[in-house]
Amino acid sequence: MSQSFDEISAQLKRRHRKSARLKWISMGALGLAGLFLVLFFADMLSKGLPAFQQAYVQVELDYNEEASRMGRAAMDPEVSRIVSRSFERLIPGMLRDDPDLLGTSEQRWVLAKGEVDQYLKGHRNKLSEAEREVVDELAESGRVTLKFNTTFFSRGDSKMAESSGILAAAVGTVMTMLVTLAIAFPIGVMTALYLEEFAPDNRLTQVIEININNLAAIPSILFGLLGLAIFINFFGVPRSSPLVGGMTLALMTLPVIIIATRTALRSVPDSIRHAAFGVGCSRWQVVRDHVLPLAMPGIMTGSIIGLAQAMGETAPLIIVGMVAFIPDVSASFTQAATVLPAQIFTWAGEPDRAFVEKTAGGILVLLSILIFLNAAAVVLRKKFERRW
Amino acid sequence: MQTNQLLALFSGALLLLGLIAFFLGRAKAARVRATGTAMYAQPDQYAWFAVLATAGPALLVSAVGGFLLLLLGAEIPTPYLLAGSLGVAAIGLMVGMNRVHPDFHARQAIERVIRWILVGAALISIFTTFGILFSIVFEALRFFQMHSFWDFITGTVWNPGASFLAAAGRAAEGGSAAQFGSVPLFAGTFMITAIAMLVAIPIGLLAAIYMAEFAPRRVRTLAKPTLEVLAGIPTVVYGFFAAITVAPIIVKVAGALGLDASFNNAVAPGVVMGIMIIPFISSLSDDVINSVPDSMRQGSLALGMTKGETIRDVVIPAALPGIISASLLAVSRALGETMIVVMAAGMRPNLTANPLEDMTTVTVRIVAALTGDLEFESAETLSAFALGLVLFGVTLSLNLVSVLMIRRFREKYRVNNL
Amino acid sequence: MNMQAAPRHGKTPAVGQPHTRNEEACHDLSVRVRDLSLWYGQSQALKGLDIDIFEKNVTALIGPSGCGKSTFLRCLNRMNDLIPGVRIAGLVEMDGHDVNTAKMDEVALRRRVGMVFQKPNPFPKSIYENIAYAPRMHDLVGRKAEQDELVERALRDAGLWEEVKDKLQQPGTSLSGGQQQRLCIARAIAVQPDVILMDEPTSALDPISTATIEDLMDKLKQQFTIVTVTHNMQQAARVADYTAFFHLGEIIEYNDTKTMFSNPATKKAEDYITGRYG
Repeated sequence: MSQSFDEISAQLKRRHRKSARLKWISMGALGLAGLFLVLFFADMLSKGLPAFQQAYVQVELDYNEEASRMGRAAMDPEVSRIVSRSFERLIPGMLRDDPDLLGTSEQRWVLAKGEVDQYLKGHRNKLSEAEREVVDELAESGRVTLKFNTTFFSRGDSKMAESSGILAAAVGTVMTMLVTLAIAFPIGVMTALYLEEFAPDNRLTQVIEININNLAAIPSILFGLLGLAIFINFFGVPRSSPLVGGMTLALMTLPVIIIATRTALRSVPDSIRHAAFGVGCSRWQVVRDHVLPLAMPGIMTGSIIGLAQAMGETAPLIIVGMVAFIPDVSASFTQAATVLPAQIFTWAGEPDRAFVEKTAGGILVLLSILIFLNAAAVVLRKKFERRW
Repeated sequence: MQTNQLLALFSGALLLLGLIAFFLGRAKAARVRATGTAMYAQPDQYAWFAVLATAGPALLVSAVGGFLLLLLGAEIPTPYLLAGSLGVAAIGLMVGMNRVHPDFHARQAIERVIRWILVGAALISIFTTFGILFSIVFEALRFFQMHSFWDFITGTVWNPGASFLAAAGRAAEGGSAAQFGSVPLFAGTFMITAIAMLVAIPIGLLAAIYMAEFAPRRVRTLAKPTLEVLAGIPTVVYGFFAAITVAPIIVKVAGALGLDASFNNAVAPGVVMGIMIIPFISSLSDDVINSVPDSMRQGSLALGMTKGETIRDVVIPAALPGIISASLLAVSRALGETMIVVMAAGMRPNLTANPLEDMTTVTVRIVAALTGDLEFESAETLSAFALGLVLFGVTLSLNLVSVLMIRRFREKYRVNNL
Repeated sequence: MNMQAAPRHGKTPAVGQPHTRNEEACHDLSVRVRDLSLWYGQSQALKGLDIDIFEKNVTALIGPSGCGKSTFLRCLNRMNDLIPGVRIAGLVEMDGHDVNTAKMDEVALRRRVGMVFQKPNPFPKSIYENIAYAPRMHDLVGRKAEQDELVERALRDAGLWEEVKDKLQQPGTSLSGGQQQRLCIARAIAVQPDVILMDEPTSALDPISTATIEDLMDKLKQQFTIVTVTHNMQQAARVADYTAFFHLGEIIEYNDTKTMFSNPATKKAEDYITGRYG
């Protein structure tokens, strides 16, 4: 006959232990994933935050005749060894633009060499013993110090770590995203409108649907191959330009926008459509005046998320040549440009140790933008979320 | 630039014609209406129809003309083409005005056009797939004309070194002939994918089990989006993380164990890729586990099963198609991942079973082949397309199988939110 | 006893006892319930129930929907634990143990109090595994031969053996609704519980399957105590030895089934049985 409670409970002990073990292990797995996230951000912050500070040195500039040919001559030769060459090169130009300067002198904070920056931050560096002494001496008197790195936000790429910045890449990103959005948003919304509101349930519609799901899962690098073979080689769109990058990314973003828009359209209850049909609206009028406005917040949310995804994409852009060395902000959609992730990639490949910090700094900027965009999407969704 | 100015001129003229069409159309319709005649549509709708009749055919003509120009190299001077388009626009304007007539269904005509525009938009996604397919297939075929397909599939040496000489017509000067045996690349790809899956599947699945079965509601609503942050981090950032932070750690750990590891070892990109993929598995698995009907759990618990046994023997088997589907998607994702391996894995094709050695992957070679200053016609450049073709085929089949499995799961339990 | 509606005839029975005794039935106590109350958050679903459930009987619980009969049934094997925000007070006693104490292992309780649900819920396993799984986990069977024998016995007891003996390896979900439900019953009896709870086991089935399952219940009460919730009063009349009528979280009348349907002791039960509400 059946066992007593005590017998069963005794036998259950082992099984309960196993059950509890599953709970702890699975909790541990979630914790581990969270730990990765924390470690990752901690690592990026510790590597990237120093990039927002840069060593500057106060120099006595003596604008003499010789300095208009060789900028170095304007400075005390001791000090000039720790000043960034990117500044030295500016001096002759300054004198040409403003001849009145000749013969005057001034005190000025200028960019120090990248090695000085690394030395002040306690990183490995290649400063000679003599240079270190100069730096230490000047630091003592407050003439060498770390300041907020404005160069990082106001310049483009450079071969010298201390004078390289993300501005050109940021502008390139904005331009590329404009192209992406201008193409992907209308086409994506129209595709979703067709599939949700107009399409008959036939073979073609099913093919389109399967195709969109597949497109969403195709490796991004293959979109780069498409961009290279079709946009650049076939249609002759200029290589490395925001136009070709944006077009390539638009095709990648399309499925995201389509899927998000369809979800948003589906969440508009049929009763709204029926009511509008009931007062004599045509199908297009129903969609334009009733369904689309109600679905708009959802569509925007999805588009922002798609945009954030495209913004972080690198592989297809490398293939279409957007990893060029771009020291200046590009002025047109057909000129060569670079984007933030591509800039990060380029810097990551620089052998100079000082670029590690720049790379991580660029990453922090990119991540902040992405977090901001995603947060905006969440806020938008929360604000307009509606339960029917 | 002359073309730019021409284009601006063309757009301006077209816009002007459109505006004229709009106001003329509306005026005419209003006039007809003022006479008291019943019309099928509103004046504005007639006006919009006139605009469509003006701009639509003109844009179509210029687009077709431009396409012919590019595609067939037809010799149509751009100014003539644009002028012709404007002519068509003018004719369209007249036709459109003519149609402003009480018994003309302007609204229906507009909506037909809109519908066609929407269909056209929907077809773009299909064109994209075909675009990818064709661009890859054609270039890949050119590659296979130069090098045998069989050697590509079975060869164990990938050495494109001298192929640029061949492209320059100096094949004889090259030291050794270029070899395109893709086996080491695929071996590297599978090694790194396998490492990524070893990280992602256990952690992702267990995390999903915790979120779906054990976690309090609050934890779940917090944990899921937090995990998804992992999927939102750009891959170039992961690549940097793998190369700068993880790889040295691996080398150190391996060194402590008395093993020799390369800084471009396969473990670092594999592990980091696994971390990136965790949310793919955990999110979908969590959804799938949640849609296993509660009656299953109750049936098991009512037999005196512990919670753990219920999960292991009833819930997970029921959710298995969905979990497998998620894992296949993850594998497909890992195979095609580029930036992490480009930045953290090696460049040297290396056929080895030791994950601590450097090895390269398909995507790395694609990038390498297409970023140098190579002639597009060279075999190395074209080899990128051959590799891309294989990658496309593999990921496409994985995706299709995954979609079919999730569909079966959905039908079995009648869940609609997956 | 919390019977607010006083009986119209006959004396008030002792606490938890049926109003009229069915002399043919077994009267060994299986589950004793005293002053059982249950709250879902703020709202009280069960209000101080008292009832003695006898061994090797079919006890039917009837009443309008939302009266608490299913909730009560789930108290007997603590399935309500799975619902957050449930609070229980009072005594449910089985084999000398209060089942609601922290000391009582609910998993052990469910070993002895099996359950069959409204909708058949076979596991996503083969027919054979559906039955063999739980006994194997409970160490009730050792060798493969023993397992085979147990599966066959359970399927025979559930009256399903003849229909499935050639397709034991097919998935349980491939069976028809009625067969699935009998598979679930076979699954429940395979772990040899003392009590089997049935929560409207036939409400999702066709009439023929329903009749089969009713016959089965009649047979199974030789071995098991069966408590069944039913919406169908004819079913209660056909299969049950004792019937309890629930209304708004209280037991209005607990009576010998025959008496309940021919001569109910309370007005409310009579109104319900004759179809005036419910």
